[in-house]
Amino acid sequence: MHVTSRQFKDNARGAVADANLRQSLATMKTGFRAKRGVAVAALPEFEALREAGKAMKDHTLAHLDHYLERFEEKVTASGGHVHWAPDADAACRTVLDICRRHNARLVTKGKSMVAEEIELNAFLQKNGIEPVETDLGEYIIQLRHELPSHIIAPAIHVRKDQVADSFRDTHTQFPADRPLEEPRDLLDEARTVLRDRFLTADVGITGANMLIAETGSTVIVTNEGNGDLTQLLPRVHIVVTSIDKVVPTLEDSSIVLRLLARSATGQPMSTYTTFSTGPRRPEDPDGPEHFHVVLLDNGRSRMLGTQVQDVLRCIRCAACINHCPIYGAVGGHAYGSVYPGPIGSVLTPGLASLEEAANLPNASTLCGRCEAVCPMKIPLPRMLRHWREEEFARHLVPARARWGLRLWAFTARRPALYRFGTGLAARALRLLGGRRGRLARLPLAGGWTRVRDLPVPEPGGTFMARYKRRETH
Amino acid sequence: MQSSAAPSSPPSAPAPPAAPRVALFVTCLADLFRPTVGFAALRLLEQAGCVVSVPEGQTCCGQPAYNSGDRADARAQAKAMVEALNAEAVDYVVAPSGSCASQIRHHYPVLLADDPALAARARHLADKTHELVSFLVDVRGWTDVTARLDAAVTYHDTCSGLRELGIKDQPRALLSKVAGLELRELAAAEECCGFGGTFCVKYPDISGRMVGDKADDIAGTGAGLVLGGDLGCLLNIAGHLKRRGSAVQARHVAEVLAGLTDGPAIGEADPTVEHGR
Repeated sequence: MHVTSRQFKDNARGAVADANLRQSLATMKTGFRAKRGVAVAALPEFEALREAGKAMKDHTLAHLDHYLERFEEKVTASGGHVHWAPDADAACRTVLDICRRHNARLVTKGKSMVAEEIELNAFLQKNGIEPVETDLGEYIIQLRHELPSHIIAPAIHVRKDQVADSFRDTHTQFPADRPLEEPRDLLDEARTVLRDRFLTADVGITGANMLIAETGSTVIVTNEGNGDLTQLLPRVHIVVTSIDKVVPTLEDSSIVLRLLARSATGQPMSTYTTFSTGPRRPEDPDGPEHFHVVLLDNGRSRMLGTQVQDVLRCIRCAACINHCPIYGAVGGHAYGSVYPGPIGSVLTPGLASLEEAANLPNASTLCGRCEAVCPMKIPLPRMLRHWREEEFARHLVPARARWGLRLWAFTARRPALYRFGTGLAARALRLLGGRRGRLARLPLAGGWTRVRDLPVPEPGGTFMARYKRRETH
Repeated sequence: MQSSAAPSSPPSAPAPPAAPRVALFVTCLADLFRPTVGFAALRLLEQAGCVVSVPEGQTCCGQPAYNSGDRADARAQAKAMVEALNAEAVDYVVAPSGSCASQIRHHYPVLLADDPALAARARHLADKTHELVSFLVDVRGWTDVTARLDAAVTYHDTCSGLRELGIKDQPRALLSKVAGLELRELAAAEECCGFGGTFCVKYPDISGRMVGDKADDIAGTGAGLVLGGDLGCLLNIAGHLKRRGSAVQARHVAEVLAGLTDGPAIGEADPTVEHGR
């Protein structure tokens, strides 16, 4: 997993100044947020479903080995194969081996964040296999050689006219002067191009929104139908997924399905919900001849039994991302991880390392909106704070900030010393800015004064001093 | 903008035997930057029939350490405040801040859970601690606001108060009783202003964008005054409004409810003070 979160601050500075991005993010806020709000308000049992989802996933995570083994048994019994991949490299090699065994040259792909996490496309390309994304958003960013900037709307940062430019550059088989101004034109062209790919692909790769232990089924939810064509038309279907996606029973999957689309896009259900169980049986009219599931760990099992285990309940709906004011200000690319927003800031240090994910746990005001909208009730602020504590304990925090805090804490535990300090500060700040009531600049406070003035204390000293005076006079 | 102070004597003096004893936790930011908020809290609590004390040893609730990952200092600060606020001596502890009240209510019991000497006291303090406005409305059932302010105002729901303590209707209920006041709701009232404690100095670019959006929304209401229940957020908002040259003023909601709006708003020049003092 390639993480560039060390550049977060620089990325963020560029992002907040990007007018195009600002416009895309504004649309996201009004769109996703409003639609979720309407969908949730229309479902009286939404809170009860959240509780049920949390309890079901907590139970599953407590018995994860059991349910994963049951899932494997059922997949095998239905004629499929499960491949355990401890890390990204193992997962990529497994996929490549399967492709090579079937002499695959062209691979179609449904949307999969796990495939993004393991950077599967680059790996396949390096090894002479052409992967083609079939989700429109993923297809657009593939053409633009970009990473997704959102886990359910990967091309949310791309404007319509930029899509048209990419299509003109790539689809040179069409007349150069064709109209591509309307979304419909873009959709039709993508559909025409992709249809041929669906029909000629040797292998179809999808992710999975869930794995059902009881039946050995994998579940995908999509709105474009591309996932179904990806997994049904080629001879081989490979599901690239991770161990945290398993749920015990078919019935349990309905809890997640009822929460997922409502939290994500505000739909009661996605347009397509598809359950795949093994390869095509003799009596089936269609379906793949071979069915493989690559089960990725990549740091997830390490999180079990720790302070961040709860993040494994995540169903990747992106509600936390859509409601995050930080994401809303900087967009997804600034994070430097394929998982942006609050969920990414908790997940990335666990999947990669705290060192590589530097900045991410701190890039939050802990405003709590992510937890408030999370359908699985993941306590994201608590876990962000946990990573901050790890950073502090492991001396990953800059020495100046560290000693500043310790000095402040030393003083704050000694009221007499503290009163002396605050009295001094009140006087000093008033000397500097008393005339205007505020300061535009102050040594050592550049972080504050870069974007706002610092109001100075009221005249007459601190509350404690004035209260005491009033009492004794 | 016209304002006039409410009568300052409590509704019934001397206090009846049932008058609850309240310890005021003034909070470090109000103590240093905005003593008026502390005096407004005193006045409101007295109007609501409480006997108020200001515990001597109080300093800060410890959020700067807690939210920066410095758990040892956060714990030490929690211990110091459990002892200083001495909840055993009063019926309630009240703070004019959602985030500081929440730190005590929700986070002290966790921080001190394995401290044999203080776990029970921390729990006890947590149960007795309230944010000022929600205390007045939910605990005291008090709505006898006597203040007057002829102004159109808007109200920013600060995050900890809103999401950790459920403070949303209480300030609106009391503001609706302020004579002459017209409340205009913000477009994204529940969106964070970008303060976030140390966040705002660690990530000034992002914080600046967030508070900029907030300032746009505030301007969009046409109100001349923005109110809120947390001084950190208000210093951020006021500081940014002044930086962009806006005439919109910012105050803590308690100042308006207590009728203490004669002095300058947050970050405004004080015409009566020359310099220095």
